[in-house]
Amino acid sequence: MHHVESQIREPLILGNKTYHQITEDVCRPVEGKANKMWYMVFSIASLLALWGLGCICYTVGVGIGVWGLNKTVDWAWDITNFVWWVGIGHAGTLISAVLLLFRQRWRMAINRSAEAMTIFAVIMAALFPLLHMGRIWLAYWVLPLPNQFGSLWVNFNSPLLWDVFAISTYFSVSLVFWYIGLIPDFATIRDRAVKPLSKKVYSILSFGWTGSAKHWNRFEEVSLVLAGLATPLVFSVHSIVSMDFATSVIPGWHTTIFPPYFVAGAVFSGFAMVLTLMLVMRKVLHLEAYVTVKHVEYMNIIIMVTGSMVGVAYLSELFISWYSGVEYEGYAFMNRATGWYWWSYALMMTCNVVSPQLMWVKKWRRNIVLTFFMSIVVNVGMWFERFVIIVTSIHRDYIPSSWNLFHPTFVDIGLFLGTIGIFFVLFLLYSRVFPVLALNEVKTILRTTGEAQLKQIHAGEHPTTNDSPKKGH
Amino acid sequence: MSTVIYAMYDDDHVLLDGAKKVVSKGIHVTDVFSPFPVHGIDDVIGVRKTRLAICAFIYGLTGMSLALIGMRYFMIVDWPMNIGGKPNFSLLQNLPAFIPITFEFTVFCTAHGMALTYMLRNKTLPGMKAKNPDPRTTDDKFVMEIHVEESKEAEVIALLKETGAIEINKKAA
Repeated sequence: MHHVESQIREPLILGNKTYHQITEDVCRPVEGKANKMWYMVFSIASLLALWGLGCICYTVGVGIGVWGLNKTVDWAWDITNFVWWVGIGHAGTLISAVLLLFRQRWRMAINRSAEAMTIFAVIMAALFPLLHMGRIWLAYWVLPLPNQFGSLWVNFNSPLLWDVFAISTYFSVSLVFWYIGLIPDFATIRDRAVKPLSKKVYSILSFGWTGSAKHWNRFEEVSLVLAGLATPLVFSVHSIVSMDFATSVIPGWHTTIFPPYFVAGAVFSGFAMVLTLMLVMRKVLHLEAYVTVKHVEYMNIIIMVTGSMVGVAYLSELFISWYSGVEYEGYAFMNRATGWYWWSYALMMTCNVVSPQLMWVKKWRRNIVLTFFMSIVVNVGMWFERFVIIVTSIHRDYIPSSWNLFHPTFVDIGLFLGTIGIFFVLFLLYSRVFPVLALNEVKTILRTTGEAQLKQIHAGEHPTTNDSPKKGH
Repeated sequence: MSTVIYAMYDDDHVLLDGAKKVVSKGIHVTDVFSPFPVHGIDDVIGVRKTRLAICAFIYGLTGMSLALIGMRYFMIVDWPMNIGGKPNFSLLQNLPAFIPITFEFTVFCTAHGMALTYMLRNKTLPGMKAKNPDPRTTDDKFVMEIHVEESKEAEVIALLKETGAIEINKKAA
C-alpha cells in the first residue's frame, strides 16, 4: 500500500517518531513531576486568582455599586470582559469542529489544548453576566420557570435570553465534544499507569474504553456529527452575543454588520490566545516536534485573514456612519476616533488592523518570538475593541447633561485580572493531568505526515511506524 | 470447547492485510483492538455502520419541536407581551425572534442525546472496567480477536503467524 504525498508538503510531525514515541512524549508531563517554571507561573496565577476571588466575594457581598459603573455608562468592563472571554473561547471549537469538517490534519496537534482553553474561557465569560445580576443567587430566574407571582415567563424575544441559551449550549456541547475525544487518551494513560492511585483515577476517567473496532466506528461517527453541529454553533454564539448590542437602539451598536464582524473578531482573538498558550506549552513540555513552526504559520495566516476581516468591518462601520446621513451615528463614530477615548480607538486600530498585516511576510509569520509578541498584541487589541464598542458608544448620552466617563475601581481591575489568574490556574492544572495533545488522533496522521515517514514515502519505501523490523511487506 | 485467540500486530496495515487474509479463509474475526481507528477494518471484519447519526437526527427533531412548542406556550398562549406593538399573537409572525433559541435548543438536544447514546451503546460509562485484552493496544499494538473450535486452533494460529502477527495468545472462551 503506497501513499502519494506531495513533495512540497511540510511534515506535521518532526523527527523519527513511532506510535509508541508519541505516547511517550505526550504522557511524559502527566507521569513526571512539574518543574520549577511550572510552580513559578502557577504561584503567580494563583495570586491573581485569589485577588479575583476576593473581588468576586466583595461584589457579591456588597453589590455591583463597588464597580465603576454610573448612570450613563452602565455597561463597561464587565461586559467588555464577557465578550472578550467568549471571543477567546471561539478558537477551540473552531479548530476541532470546522477544521475537522475541512479535514485539516494540522488541527490534531492543537485541538485538545484549544478546546481546554475554550472551556476555561467560557467559564470566565459566564462569570461576568452572573455577577452583573447583582443577586447571583437568583440566577435561576433566567431559566423559563413559572415564577411565584403568576405565569410570567422570561422574554424569549430578548437577545439577552438568547445569550443564556447560546452560552450554555456552547459550553456544554464543547465540554462533551472535548471529553469524548479525551476518553481514548485517558485509556492510554490508564494502561500505562504504574502507581495504583493514578491507575484508579484514569480508569474512572476513561470510562472503560477498550478501543475495539465498534468503539472506534461509533467514535468517528460521533466526532463527525458533533463537528457538524458545533460548526454552526460556533458562528451562532458570537452572532447572538453581538445581537445584545445590535438590537438595541444605541448609535454605534445598532448595525447589521455586527454578527459577522463579531465572529471574525472572536476567531481572531481565539487564535491569538491559542498561540500565546501553545508557544509556551510546546517549549515547557518539549512538544516542538508536534506543534511545529508550520502549525504556527497556519495559525498566523488565520489571524491575518480574520484580522483583515475585522479591519474591513471597522472601515465599513465608519463609512456607513457618514454615508447613512444619520447624525447620531456620525457623531458616535467621530467621537470614537477623536473624542476623549481616542487613544483606545487608536490602540484598537493598531493592534487589530495594522499589526496582523505583518503576517504577509513568510519569515515573520514563522518567527516564534515575534508570533508570541503579536499574540499578546492581538489580545490587548481585542479587549480594547470591546471597550471601544461598549463604553464610547454610551458615555455620550442623548442629553449632554448625562455625559460621563468611566473610571474602573480596584474591583473592576481585580475581577479582570482575577479571571486571567483563574484561567491560567485551570490551564496549568490541565497541562499536568490531561494529555495535552490528542495523542491517539495524532497517531493516525503519523504515516502520512511524519518527517521520517515522508522521507520513506518519497524514497518509494513503505513508511514504518514502529521500532521492530518490518514483516510481511 | 472453543478458544479465543489474540493475535497481536505492530502495524495497522499489516493487521488490515492479515484480517483480509483470515476472513477470506472463512474465519470470523470477532473484534479488533487498536489505539486509533484503523480505516477499512469495519468492512473487512463485518462491523456494521453505526446508526448513531439517525438517533442524532431524531434528538434534533425532538429538541426543535420542544423549543417551538415551549415558546409558543410561554409567549403566545400563556402570557403574550406587548413589546413596542410587535406581533405577539401568532407563532408564525413571532418566529424570527424565536429562531436563535430554537436553533440552540436543537443543537443542545442533538449533541447531548447523541453523546449519551454513544456512551450507553459503547458501554463506556464512569466506573466501567476496561476489557481490552492487552494494555499495549492503547499504545502502539493492534490485536485481532478470533473465536475458534479447539480442533481448528493449530490451523488458525499457523495462518495468523503467516500474516505477520508478532505475538499470539489464547485463552479458553
